[in-house]
Amino acid sequence: MSVLLDISHIDMEFPTPRGNFTALRDVDLKIQQGEFVSLIGHSGCGKSTVLNVVAGLYQATRGGVILNGREVTEPGPERAVVFQNHSLLPWLTAYENVELAVRQVFGKSKSKAEMRAWIEHNLALVHMSHAMHKRPGEISGGMKQRVGIARALAMQPQVLLMDEPFGALDALTRAHMQDSLMEIQAELRNTIIMITHDVDEAVLLSDRIVMMTNGPAATIGEILSVELERPRDRLALADNPQYNQYRAQVLKFLHERHSKPDVPVKKKAAPASAHATPAWTSGHTAKAVGDAA
Amino acid sequence: MNTTAAQLSNFFKVRIPQLDSRVVVTVLRQLALPLLGMLAFLFLWSATAQNIDTSLGKFPGPSAVIEQFDALYSEHQRSREKERAFYQRQQERNAERVAADPAYQPKIRAYTGKETFIDQISTSLVTVMCGFLLAVVIAVPLGIAIGLSKSLNSAINPIVQIFKPVSPLAWLPLVTMVVSALYTSPEPLIAKSFLNSLITVTLCCLWPMVINTAVGVAGIDQDLVNVSKVLRLSALRHVRRIVLPASVPMIFTGMRLSLGVAWMVLIAAEMLAQNPGLGKFVWDEFQNGSSDSLARIMAAVLVIGFIGFLLDRGMLMLQRLVSWDKAVS
Repeated sequence: MSVLLDISHIDMEFPTPRGNFTALRDVDLKIQQGEFVSLIGHSGCGKSTVLNVVAGLYQATRGGVILNGREVTEPGPERAVVFQNHSLLPWLTAYENVELAVRQVFGKSKSKAEMRAWIEHNLALVHMSHAMHKRPGEISGGMKQRVGIARALAMQPQVLLMDEPFGALDALTRAHMQDSLMEIQAELRNTIIMITHDVDEAVLLSDRIVMMTNGPAATIGEILSVELERPRDRLALADNPQYNQYRAQVLKFLHERHSKPDVPVKKKAAPASAHATPAWTSGHTAKAVGDAA
Repeated sequence: MNTTAAQLSNFFKVRIPQLDSRVVVTVLRQLALPLLGMLAFLFLWSATAQNIDTSLGKFPGPSAVIEQFDALYSEHQRSREKERAFYQRQQERNAERVAADPAYQPKIRAYTGKETFIDQISTSLVTVMCGFLLAVVIAVPLGIAIGLSKSLNSAINPIVQIFKPVSPLAWLPLVTMVVSALYTSPEPLIAKSFLNSLITVTLCCLWPMVINTAVGVAGIDQDLVNVSKVLRLSALRHVRRIVLPASVPMIFTGMRLSLGVAWMVLIAAEMLAQNPGLGKFVWDEFQNGSSDSLARIMAAVLVIGFIGFLLDRGMLMLQRLVSWDKAVS
């Protein structure tokens, strides 16, 4: 398959009163048609910044994003975004929220009846047909996020960008949503970039997991290809050694190598035990002194 | 008989526990306490009024004011009867003259009796609504523009901040002079005095709406703005579909504030400029200085307060009807 999206050596700097703050340095990633890529990393590491650059909401300071041979300069419906807190318009019903997107994208190419059918089809895809005439205030968080996904899917995007789409949901609802998303993905073969900080979610859903180092100047630390057969079943995978190994690899990256934002990445190569012992003792002594005082 | 008695007691047994403490508390809060407050106020008022001697007699107590309400209403009815009689007389006279001379063109002269209290109320209401609506038409688009553009905000904000605290009485002479200079139609459709009051009201109730609308627009959730960007909504659609609905709650808050200001401003303007309306009624009664005057003014004060209250409730109901945000109080 060919490269659909090329995130090419992007740097992102934000101006602050004390000079520029470098959020991203040299993030370079090529994503293929139909691929599901997760970005994982500690909060504040710049995952969302990468997504916003791809969405066109931010402009990279250096480098750029190329989608289908064209450079991304502004936001657009071919890169639909599912926001973390659903961002539905509270004064419109679920149907009307999707309608706003559909009319904007297909207003000229589809007839009214076709648009109606397309809106209802997308709401059915996320299992929201029963509540499509309810407003966001009248439905649960999971349902709102379903409508948010339906709105994004209804734009028929070339890339679907999801910014921690299930982060605000409880564990059970999240599992449901992940299953729904896998179902949809199996049917539509969308290209998806999803930001997450949930290791299980990343392994379960992704073809590749992109692990980001801690900011400032965050970049891609490791990329893990997840070669588990699809369709994937969360219960069966729980005992799958390969699955657990992927999990362990991501956890190792996040917890062992990048749990301390103040430790530079380069020092990670040093023998861990020699480094860890003094840190422990110094921590203890510091506490003892604190207690005595 | 026995069964009926049992049923009755059963009925009460069932009914009485339903009157639980929560219901009692609600009734007490919503009905009994406001009534109690009202009674205490009336008592204090009548007790204090007894002890205040003015050059126009004792300060009116509640009963004197109620009397005057009655008198004002019957005055209104008498005036209406006079008006009817006046037009009838005219018609009869015209008919007679036409009968005597078929070439005669009948003329109808308008009735020029003194406006009654009720007339003044309606004049004031019409003026306040017109001034307020004019302000809405100006303030909402202006507020949206300011909220959307930071540069426009920087440019206009100082002007708003300076004009916002200006009292209507300072505007009034200027408005009067400008209106009489510019509005020079020999047969004016709208009375000058009406225009003066209206423009003064507009000038004073513009600012709360401009500020609230601008704050509402500037405070729109960035995610919603991003949705609009991803959808590539045109500027007009962005305003219509995202900005306007999102800031409706704040716009209404501004409108309610403004309507309150408008009502207060109007009464003051009418008093000062002798423009027809409730304010003029109060001033006329004050100048009149009869033994009833104070009671009549007090009646007007109560009516002004009550109408202000109704206007606010009306806006609130309109807001509940129009706004998607049902959590307004």
